[in-house]
Amino acid sequence: MPDKKTSAANQFIQSLPHSVALGMELVEIGDGFAVIRMPYDKRLIGDPETGVIHGGAVSALMDTCGGAAVMSHPSGANGTATLDLRIDYMRPATPGQTITARAECYNATRSVAFVRATATDDDHERPVAAATGAFTLERSK
Amino acid sequence: MTRTRPEPVQVVKQRRDNALRVIVEGVPYAQFLGIEFERHGDELTAVLPFNEKLIGNPALPALHGGATAAFLEVTAIIELSWSMVWEDLETGRIDAGDLDRTHLPRLPKTIDFTVDYLRSGLPRDAYARARVNRSGRRYASVHVEGWQDNRSRLFAQATGHFLMPSRDE
Repeated sequence: MPDKKTSAANQFIQSLPHSVALGMELVEIGDGFAVIRMPYDKRLIGDPETGVIHGGAVSALMDTCGGAAVMSHPSGANGTATLDLRIDYMRPATPGQTITARAECYNATRSVAFVRATATDDDHERPVAAATGAFTLERSK
Repeated sequence: MTRTRPEPVQVVKQRRDNALRVIVEGVPYAQFLGIEFERHGDELTAVLPFNEKLIGNPALPALHGGATAAFLEVTAIIELSWSMVWEDLETGRIDAGDLDRTHLPRLPKTIDFTVDYLRSGLPRDAYARARVNRSGRRYASVHVEGWQDNRSRLFAQATGHFLMPSRDE
């Protein structure tokens, strides 16, 4: 059952046109923690010979999820932007399966937030991709 | 001394443009984002025409970091494929007559990709060019620069490593 924080965060995701275009849905949000899923979609294929989703779409999912983790961190950000994001692709995601990203904002300074994230398909034991990133942390004065 | 006459310019252009089109059309996600490629000789410039669905921050508004990352990654992959095909095409190893997906090498696979966001992406067209810094038999390293209004004011840059398709199939 979606609590108040989850529905507020979902509203935030649904206000980002690119995230909506990619079909992203918020699954869970906690203190500095976010889970977002992206259902399989033929338009997002990178290589038609394999049907595997393009790395760029996985990047977008990781980036959105990282941003959501920063926004939900108890330090109280009221805005964030990605400074850098590195993604390691461990294996191709299985065609037809939803990709789920889990991001954690494990450290926040006055103006920078550090994030790590993983993405999995139906096989939760073997991640599809891992990411680390630095985000700006904007606070209301 | 006999010299073969150079091919008519239109024949050369058509062959190269066809090869590029086949490569780009082979990446559905590039079509989804609306990415186009301009070619001058072997130099490619990727163009990402502005579209509302690329927005990540509606308040500013600014391009989504994910859209920027994907744009740069598509640019890197197409440049790598193009550099492989260019050689085969110019030396006649690929026949211009049977240019389709099945005759082209498979796409390189991304191993890792790091995007450096330098300024927020404005709600207008973006451009990118990739440089293959190292391309071996199995691995390649590619750097990509993205800009909007001014070529010298990059809004993002990226470096990625790629696994090259095996070429002896």
